[in-house]
Amino acid sequence: MTFDPYASTRETTEGTVYSVTGGDWDSMVTEIGKTKEERVVVNMGPQHPSTHGVLRLILELEGETVTEARAGIGFLHTGIEKNCEYRTWTQGVTFVTRMDYLSPIFNETAYCLAVEKLLGITNEIPERASVIRVMMMELNRISSHMVALGTGALELGALTPVFFAFRDRERVLDIFESASGLRMNMAYIRPGGVQQDLPAGSVERIRNDVKEMRKSFKDNATLLVGNSIWMKRMKDVGYLDLAGCTTLGVTGPILRATGMPWDLRKTQPYCGYENYNFDVITNDSSDSYGRFLVRVEELEQSLRIIEQCCDKLDALDGAPVMVADKKIAWPAQLALGADGLGNSLNHIREIMGTSMEALIHHFKLVTEGFRVPAGQAYVAVESPRGELGAHVVSDGGTHPYRVHFRDPSFNNLQSTAAMCEGGQVADVIASVASIDPVMGGVDR
Amino acid sequence: MEQRGSFGVKGTGDTSGYGGLVRTKVNPGSSERPYGSYFDDVADELERAFPQFNEAIERVVVDRGELTLFIKKEHLFATAKALRDVDSLRFEMCLSVSGVHYPEEKDRELHVVYHLLSMTHNRRIRLEVALPDSHPHVSSLVEVWGGTNWHERETWDMFGIIFDGHPALTRILMPDDWQGHPQRKDYPLGGIPIEYHGATTPPPEERRSYR
Repeated sequence: MTFDPYASTRETTEGTVYSVTGGDWDSMVTEIGKTKEERVVVNMGPQHPSTHGVLRLILELEGETVTEARAGIGFLHTGIEKNCEYRTWTQGVTFVTRMDYLSPIFNETAYCLAVEKLLGITNEIPERASVIRVMMMELNRISSHMVALGTGALELGALTPVFFAFRDRERVLDIFESASGLRMNMAYIRPGGVQQDLPAGSVERIRNDVKEMRKSFKDNATLLVGNSIWMKRMKDVGYLDLAGCTTLGVTGPILRATGMPWDLRKTQPYCGYENYNFDVITNDSSDSYGRFLVRVEELEQSLRIIEQCCDKLDALDGAPVMVADKKIAWPAQLALGADGLGNSLNHIREIMGTSMEALIHHFKLVTEGFRVPAGQAYVAVESPRGELGAHVVSDGGTHPYRVHFRDPSFNNLQSTAAMCEGGQVADVIASVASIDPVMGGVDR
Repeated sequence: MEQRGSFGVKGTGDTSGYGGLVRTKVNPGSSERPYGSYFDDVADELERAFPQFNEAIERVVVDRGELTLFIKKEHLFATAKALRDVDSLRFEMCLSVSGVHYPEEKDRELHVVYHLLSMTHNRRIRLEVALPDSHPHVSSLVEVWGGTNWHERETWDMFGIIFDGHPALTRILMPDDWQGHPQRKDYPLGGIPIEYHGATTPPPEERRSYR
């Protein structure tokens, strides 16, 4: 074998280590064929296209069978939890929204609900703000499930579903953009309410989008549900039953695919979820296909909730979207200008030209922030991947003392070993896709 | 604990006029019975099922609608097992383990916080264990809830808390050869002092707004 620095062989105490970069598989297979060893340890990732970001899977193989699987994480660790300790409570939203980047609204909501619980203002959040939160969360659930379905199919070699999925996802991101100015990582939910009210005509537009999405979701459902190739790849693959889910702390669609109707929106409602009609989708197959079906059917339930939100928003037209306490509510009346979101010009005019006190108040609240009474709170919301919990500790200051996020992907990814061991290499892809881990959330 | 002035500024740095302001920080103290909600039931059932209850529980805090049981570290494993196995408790899921560092609490600097969920009874409780920084050891709960495996590794990685009996307590988020435990309060933030036209900007942790 000629020496190639990128595809070399070296001897270690653990045995021979081969570096394979693609295109040189034949030479590696010949090399391995020379040895008597049947057992091969393969690193899948961290740069493998089907590992959902930067996930490293360490697989021990006997031929095509996976005898041991371990996941290595931490490649996307950004220290968000530590950073939050050096920013005000409101600025924390901008950090946490970047954790699980496919479900930013859920991160924001969990964090804000925890801060509001610490402040003791949970019951003072205006109803319109809660309805907008619920609507945004359900829209976000759709966009997140779309990535799960689209990229999941892509990883198993089906190229068409991802186009349909991203087409529908764009629709949701456009709604986010019209409301907050940003398509991802919006920091739209704030302690006390939401950043700003929906722009005029939003409700009509969203109603129309719901109708369109209901039609266009059928494209993917027709392609995949009951598709024999799809079922051969997914059925009985990545099996994890209720006992496994409980001990590993696995929640979300994986848990519901074991037949357990556990959905925090129903069992421990927050943001007024008890006032909406929707069903908890379950499936009792405990496999990848069951999880896929749960996600597909949850899309329709989300659409149902969004429709109910639209009706509620019509009735609450013009109601406040931020808590009345001016010591907490962000003072800047934000407005969406031609160059994006910024302070409203009327507000600038008022604080700069007419009221010294308003200027001082604005300055104090924006630079120093509000204080939160000492204590700790844990709030959990049902994110597209399961229980997303925010454990927030305050020492009474203007910054969080500790923010810890219990991200569902972090727990769910632990089940990789249980799902993959004993299966084929190709099933690893299907299993990991059915877990739908988002590494930004796992590593934080 | 006491805090003086805005931004925690000392000396002449305060331009806000609030330099004389003194705020006392008080953490919620222990609660007395009745705790309210389902918390009395949980305490009663645990007391009945678990003989060392009075020894094991340091104090009970009910705050903002959440129940926290402070447990002595020697009794953590037994308490956790009772909480999981007794029919009337059935906390079958441990959702999260994390740490909090309180450098001012002498010999109780490091706290480990466990969030438990009972799907059977639809209840949540929190366990908290305080450890001295000089001997940060607590028993691992991987045998009780397998899902705590990665959480304990993360808590070790971030706080340097050692979980005795953990199958492979290695770093999980930081690189394997990393020095120190970043989430501790005494961990330096880093950053470089910047000088521009004679004015210097201190590293982040020395800036007054970060105190």
